[in-house]
Amino acid sequence: MIQLLVFLPLAAALIAGLGNRLIGNLPAKLVTTAALFVSAALSWTIFLDIGLAHGAGYSVRVLEWIVSGDMRVDWAFRVDTLTAVMLVVITSVSALVHLYSWGYMDEDPDQPRFFAYLSLFTFAMLMLVTADNLVQMFFGWEGVGLASYLLIGFWYKKPSANAAAIKAFVVNRVGDFGFSLGIFATFVVFGTVQLTPILAGSAAMAGATFNFLGAQFDVMTTLCLLLFVGAMGKSAQLGLHTWLPDAMEGPTPVSALIHAATMVTAGVFMVVRLSPMFEAAPDALTVVTYVGAATALFAATVACVQTDIKRVIAYSTCSQLGYMFFAAGSGAFGAAMFHLFTHAFFKALLFLGAGAVIHSMHHEQDMRFYGGLRKSIPITFAAMTIGTLSLTGFFFTSGYYSKDGILEAAFANGSEASMVAFFVGALVALLTSFYSWRLVFLTFFGEARWGASEHVQHALHHDHGHDTEDTTDSDHAHHASAPAGTGGYHPHESPWTMLAPLVVLSIGALAAGFVFHEAFIGAEGGTVFWNGSAVFREPLAEAMHHVPAWVVWTPGAVMLIGFAIAYWAYMASPTLPARFVAGNRGLYAFLTHKWFFDELYNAIFVKPAFAFGRLFWRGDGRVIDRFGADGAAALVSASSGAAKRFQSGAVYAYALVMLIGLAAAATWVLRPALLG
Amino acid sequence: MHPTFASIQIAAPELVLTIGSLLTLMLGVFRGDRSLVPLTWVCVLIFGIAGVAAATGDQAAAFGGLYVADGFSAYLKVMILAAAAVSAVLALPYLQHAATGRFEYPVLLMLATLGMCMMVSANDMLTLYIGLELLSLASYTLAAFHRNEARSSEAGLKYFILGALASGILLYGISLVYGFGGSTNFETLSATLRGPAGQSTGVVFGLVFILAGLMFKISAVPFHMWTPDVYEGAPTPVAAFFSAAPKAAAMGLLVRVCVEAFGGMTFDWRQIVSVVAIASMLLGAVGAIGQTNIKRLLAYSSIANVGFALIGLAAGTVEGISGVLFYMAVYLVMTLGAFVCVLQMRDADGKPVETLSSLNGLSRSRKGLAAALAVLMFSLAGIPPLLGFWPKFAVFTAAIDTQLYLLAVIGVVASVIGAYYYLRVVKAMYFDEPAPAFAASDSRVNAGLIGIAALFCSPLGMLAITPLVGAARVAARALF
Repeated sequence: MIQLLVFLPLAAALIAGLGNRLIGNLPAKLVTTAALFVSAALSWTIFLDIGLAHGAGYSVRVLEWIVSGDMRVDWAFRVDTLTAVMLVVITSVSALVHLYSWGYMDEDPDQPRFFAYLSLFTFAMLMLVTADNLVQMFFGWEGVGLASYLLIGFWYKKPSANAAAIKAFVVNRVGDFGFSLGIFATFVVFGTVQLTPILAGSAAMAGATFNFLGAQFDVMTTLCLLLFVGAMGKSAQLGLHTWLPDAMEGPTPVSALIHAATMVTAGVFMVVRLSPMFEAAPDALTVVTYVGAATALFAATVACVQTDIKRVIAYSTCSQLGYMFFAAGSGAFGAAMFHLFTHAFFKALLFLGAGAVIHSMHHEQDMRFYGGLRKSIPITFAAMTIGTLSLTGFFFTSGYYSKDGILEAAFANGSEASMVAFFVGALVALLTSFYSWRLVFLTFFGEARWGASEHVQHALHHDHGHDTEDTTDSDHAHHASAPAGTGGYHPHESPWTMLAPLVVLSIGALAAGFVFHEAFIGAEGGTVFWNGSAVFREPLAEAMHHVPAWVVWTPGAVMLIGFAIAYWAYMASPTLPARFVAGNRGLYAFLTHKWFFDELYNAIFVKPAFAFGRLFWRGDGRVIDRFGADGAAALVSASSGAAKRFQSGAVYAYALVMLIGLAAAATWVLRPALLG
Repeated sequence: MHPTFASIQIAAPELVLTIGSLLTLMLGVFRGDRSLVPLTWVCVLIFGIAGVAAATGDQAAAFGGLYVADGFSAYLKVMILAAAAVSAVLALPYLQHAATGRFEYPVLLMLATLGMCMMVSANDMLTLYIGLELLSLASYTLAAFHRNEARSSEAGLKYFILGALASGILLYGISLVYGFGGSTNFETLSATLRGPAGQSTGVVFGLVFILAGLMFKISAVPFHMWTPDVYEGAPTPVAAFFSAAPKAAAMGLLVRVCVEAFGGMTFDWRQIVSVVAIASMLLGAVGAIGQTNIKRLLAYSSIANVGFALIGLAAGTVEGISGVLFYMAVYLVMTLGAFVCVLQMRDADGKPVETLSSLNGLSRSRKGLAAALAVLMFSLAGIPPLLGFWPKFAVFTAAIDTQLYLLAVIGVVASVIGAYYYLRVVKAMYFDEPAPAFAASDSRVNAGLIGIAALFCSPLGMLAITPLVGAARVAARALF
């Protein structure tokens, strides 16, 4: 069953990708989408069987892959609760995104390629989460990186999309380098790359040290930090986060699937998968906590000033990933996975909702050109509102259970790092509420402002330009009769293929937390649910129930405060943001430049790298080429010229050459006689 | 049986050629130039009979040790006769077009072939000289075959003067060896020179002179200077002939002289042969780059190929010599194929063109011709799996087995440089803007020859490797 589940998307990707134009749009879409729905159905049965019915985990060996000395790597699927949770998330969101893309990509000329990439991504992601050894996990890890690159650059004619794709790839290389070093080091320490012996042996290795350049280092801390670098790259944590916002150049379904629900959570999954290793390395957990908290804060602040609807959600994703990491860092691996699980639903919902808005606004993504859309696209509005409620942690939505769980766990852990994380997390919850409602208010409330949008203008002229002969007059007529600010354009609700996934995800965003919270993070439910597939600290889960009342109420309170500020700034007193910006120019610039990370990296890495490259390029030309390739070629052509000059056509010259050759040969062989 | 009669029987191929050439000469004289076509086919028939005689005849020494028929001579004779027959046939349309359809062409060809057969069967310096002169005199005449055309006459005269010089050098060498070694017979010399006589300055000097004289014929550097000029000036079929059969004959002669007569002085001649091989490979490769005339280009190509073949001789082992023989067989096919392609290069009026640029875009007007020439060029460049790669591989292997690493390395470098100009022809045909189209093919026979040559050089030709190498090995063993 698990083989079918994993390989169906690959088969579909191959059919759609290789068939491409040959089989046409509809078969490609049908094959990939059907395959994903089958996979999703299988995933849920596995999840019910193993996760909820507490069935035993198992491992399926498919093929021998590498046998070299002590190294043994198989293609094998490890199925346990942790895997089952990821399977459900991946296949469900992927199936819905496939369906959604029927509508969203309807006018695209390259649909088979798009669906093939989507399915390929899903396959790689499934390989990642089902891996029973680190090498196979790395295969999936690189596979999703590749698919992400291909999909970000899907509209390859757009230079910005290409640049974003390359940026994502390169930044991920940094993380992957750390991950591969981590795998090498793990192999050196444990002598195997199989997960089971590594995880079983981790506790025994705690506290072991090794000597490096005369200093003693803790083995497990080193391993975990190297692996965590990989997780940081994939999950866009502070420092290696710069690619994620740019990745929004890809089509919106891609953003929902890869850059919100699944791939970016691979880092979290990896940390949880390897939780026994991290448990043996408390210092590494502290680092994870601080990095997660810093990312959560950073991304939330930046999200407050973004005007591109997708970028707001992208930074929000970045910020929520920070939550998951500091939960893991606080030892609440179950809470991290729970937030991953609920986040997949409400963030995919938000992205797909944003996609529906963008779709109805003719690819206008700037929220300053939205406004008052709730009447034109009510279903999308409803879905987005549900997503926002869940994201901000409104009472009894999914986000409420998972986010509260994380904050309580951080508080209950009680370490210094976790306490910092708790307070940062509370502040971030306020910011989250603020920017999320800001998005909703700017988009769906207030006056229509899209008349000035170039995209909408373009769409208008395109639609109406050839309907009537006298274009100018008809436009004037439109302007005159249309409500102010609309420019005569009326947004339409999206087709059912796009709305159906929104409805399904809305249900998930509302109910997933309520249904599953006892299993994921409950003190009794958690132990049996996780069933040893990840570390579950039962005392911590117990302590979460006994935190002070103000801790329990904090998330809800800050959520309401954030909502109130957003309402005040964008509904009650719309001039307030402008006045605030005028009064705090420095802060505003700091935030709009995303804490100057891109500028910093440009100065530190990109420019020196270019200079370095130029140095080698020029040096190569002046030294290696000149005396190597070019030099040899010049020598050949110079000798050719010389040979031509000798070939004068004069017989006496030819005879002379012959005689010189003869004399030289005679002298040479007689040299022993001549020299005695 | 009377010894003379037995000798005549052993020398049957030469006898057939002698009678055949006299017969065709008589026929031609009486029937005039109209008889070109029938005479050519008669000539091919005679070559065929001589070939059968050479392949199946008794193998023994004859004429009191002046002449020898052995596996080595049989292999080379079959090769020479086949090449000569092809050279006779491929010339037909050219000679008819050029209005110099003179019947002497096949007759001269036959006389030259007779000379070549004598050469490869020579077991004495004097037989060697007679064979070589017979070939040379016929060749001078052939080079000047278009006697009304300045270029052709010039080529003939140049060839004659330089050939006479080479002849003189050779004779001088022979007389020195005779004076210091006491004999002109190869077997006697071989025995004598293994003794103290081999150390004498006079014999070493004579060896150098003999080698120089022979290397002139195979156009090895620095005795190659005539080659580009003569190839360019001589009528194209004549250049095709020069590039093929005489090279094989002179190479065979050189091998026999080195390995048999001077077997005891391997150390001395190996140095000369090595240096000449290196010089030929490099100059052949480098010199061809600047050429704009395809016949000159092929002249340099033949210089380079002779250099590669000499690597096998420098090795001096059975593997090396069989490598040389294998090399020459494949080279013959490639060069004849290339020249038949050159014969197809005629402008709309049917006049021959020889510039490389006229080949531009050939793939669009004459697909088959372009493809065949491309295969031949790739094969000449020695790109696996085309046939031209394998003999190169054989001689390089032989050189490495005898620790002649430098030769092998330079050989590989020269192959790389050489690949440039061969591939340039392919590039011109396939990627350049088309030049004016050539006239349509004028001969089914020649088209067939091109097809056979291209097929032989294609990967399909690998089927021929086993029998060819086997025969070459048998032939090489006859010398040891």
